[in-house]
Amino acid sequence: MSELHDKKIEYLEVTANRIRELIIDTLLEAGSGHSAGPLGMADIFTALYFHVLNHNPKKPQWLDRDRVVLSNGHICPVQYVTLALAGYFPVEELKTLRKLNTRLQGHPHRGALPGVETTSGPLGSGLSQAIGMALAAKLDKKKYRIYCIASDGEHDEGNFWEAVMFAGKNKLNNLTLIVDRNNIQIDGYTEDIMPLEPFREKYEAFRWNVLTIDGHNIRDFVDAINEAKAIYEKPTVVIAHTIPGKGVSFMEGDYVWHGKPPNKEEAKKALSELRTLGRRIESEHQ
Amino acid sequence: MLNEQLKLNQKIFDKDVEMKPTRDGYGEGLVILGEENQNVVVLSADLTESTRAEGFAKKFPERFFEIGVAEQNMATIAAGLGISGKIPFISSYAVFSPGRNYEQIRTTIAYNDSNVKIAGAHAGISVGPDGATHQATEDMAIMRVIPNMKVICPCDSIETRKAIIAAGKMWGPVYVRFGREKSPIITTNETPFIPGKAEILWNPPIDGKKADVAIIGCGMLLYNALIAAKELEKENIGTVVINSHTLKPLDEKTILATVDKTKAVVTVEEHQVAGGLGSAIAELLAKKLPAPIEFIGMQNTFGESGKPNELIQKYSMDVESIKNAVRKVLKRKR
Repeated sequence: MSELHDKKIEYLEVTANRIRELIIDTLLEAGSGHSAGPLGMADIFTALYFHVLNHNPKKPQWLDRDRVVLSNGHICPVQYVTLALAGYFPVEELKTLRKLNTRLQGHPHRGALPGVETTSGPLGSGLSQAIGMALAAKLDKKKYRIYCIASDGEHDEGNFWEAVMFAGKNKLNNLTLIVDRNNIQIDGYTEDIMPLEPFREKYEAFRWNVLTIDGHNIRDFVDAINEAKAIYEKPTVVIAHTIPGKGVSFMEGDYVWHGKPPNKEEAKKALSELRTLGRRIESEHQ
Repeated sequence: MLNEQLKLNQKIFDKDVEMKPTRDGYGEGLVILGEENQNVVVLSADLTESTRAEGFAKKFPERFFEIGVAEQNMATIAAGLGISGKIPFISSYAVFSPGRNYEQIRTTIAYNDSNVKIAGAHAGISVGPDGATHQATEDMAIMRVIPNMKVICPCDSIETRKAIIAAGKMWGPVYVRFGREKSPIITTNETPFIPGKAEILWNPPIDGKKADVAIIGCGMLLYNALIAAKELEKENIGTVVINSHTLKPLDEKTILATVDKTKAVVTVEEHQVAGGLGSAIAELLAKKLPAPIEFIGMQNTFGESGKPNELIQKYSMDVESIKNAVRKVLKRKR
């Protein structure tokens, strides 16, 4: 990981905004898919693929690469757009999302698209797959790290907590879990559907190192990732507070946007807002 | 008569035929594989001794992972290991794995094409006193319908050992089921075992003639099928007994060649008659060679507590029931 100077932060923020625009374009073209989660995680995906990860988009099967396991597969539009911009496949191909014969399946499928490490979508089973990868890395004495991205809502699944227990017990310090704490799920707000709080304390009780950050602050996120690397006796969870639908005023914080795409009018309005946001990012850094 | 070419256990019809639980073959196979290949790893969901994963765990502790009573976690951790170059075997009772963790197996192992081997112990009703909760009679059905998945049900502990070694050497997801109780040794170390290749265990006195009925089975009930075949000979009924240990992919060639002669079939499995071996045979014959079939197995009911032999008798999977099914299917022949 290179140094995170101001110029790099600006580049990452501009890239994240470009990713948000492409998410809107891609969802409009697809006609179905999830809006809120992908927009909310654009900053973290940008920081991962354009700064944090040890990876090579031209060699997606490179054995020593860091692995990203997307547990909440439904936010794959943000991963697809990020992978495309990072050079894993042509940006043009984003138009094929969810269409017949596409490599961009509605939920990610391993082997279909370069850069997708595992098949996901059914919730609650990504962390344990990441654990399997972390165990394999340790058996092979490899230095690569595994980053698992999960949603807060999928913590309703029993399988998720089975994995949390296992990783804590086995001190998997090569594993970092990033939880998108955006407080929404399909039927409503997480604290109404099935409360997760006290969230931090739950992880601490299961012997994890817990870091809480603003998921839209790239510097905070990178600092947390660096701290996780320095913790030897525990796995680390980064609880990233994000705003679902971030950057698009009428989507922000509204669970209704969890599982639907914008229509033509909504997309136009969203893109206009994101362009304004982009200009503001540039002016702030001048 | 027994097929001499297969070098089967010559003492199979003796009163003191050697008995051994098929799960022992799992334990032996794992240790052999573990010695041959560093990438073989074993996971257990708090049933290390009774599934016989214990031998591997003691010999290769660094490659053994205790998951606790968490079969869904076991399947998904194995999926991650399997796509990272490892060859994981996951061990539990078949009701729990592949029972409880079905979706994880479907999505993260089979659809994901992860090189995971699923070992389901304590399958069938011969589990006995534990009762229906612990008697898996649907496991082969739910595994057989998943694309990418192979399904093997060996007939004795020796064949189980060979099946485990073969599963470890072939690419992709495989389900192997075995039982709890001691069961008669049918094969020997010299008996060939090739996944996907059914073996004819028993032929009528003069090969090709008096081949009245094909008895196609898997698992330890094949012993009952062989006894039935021998006794039916006295009634001048000739049978061919096929060990169809691999349900998927099914050995269509051997089955079709045999049924072409017999024109009638009895299927035998310690499993629901829906979805298992009988269904696989029926699907094949309906497509390519229609013939009457009688199905030995669980008839859309759950099991219960009891001694294994009592249960096998009550649920009509004993020697008499197989003989009756043969007589019945004979009458249905055109």
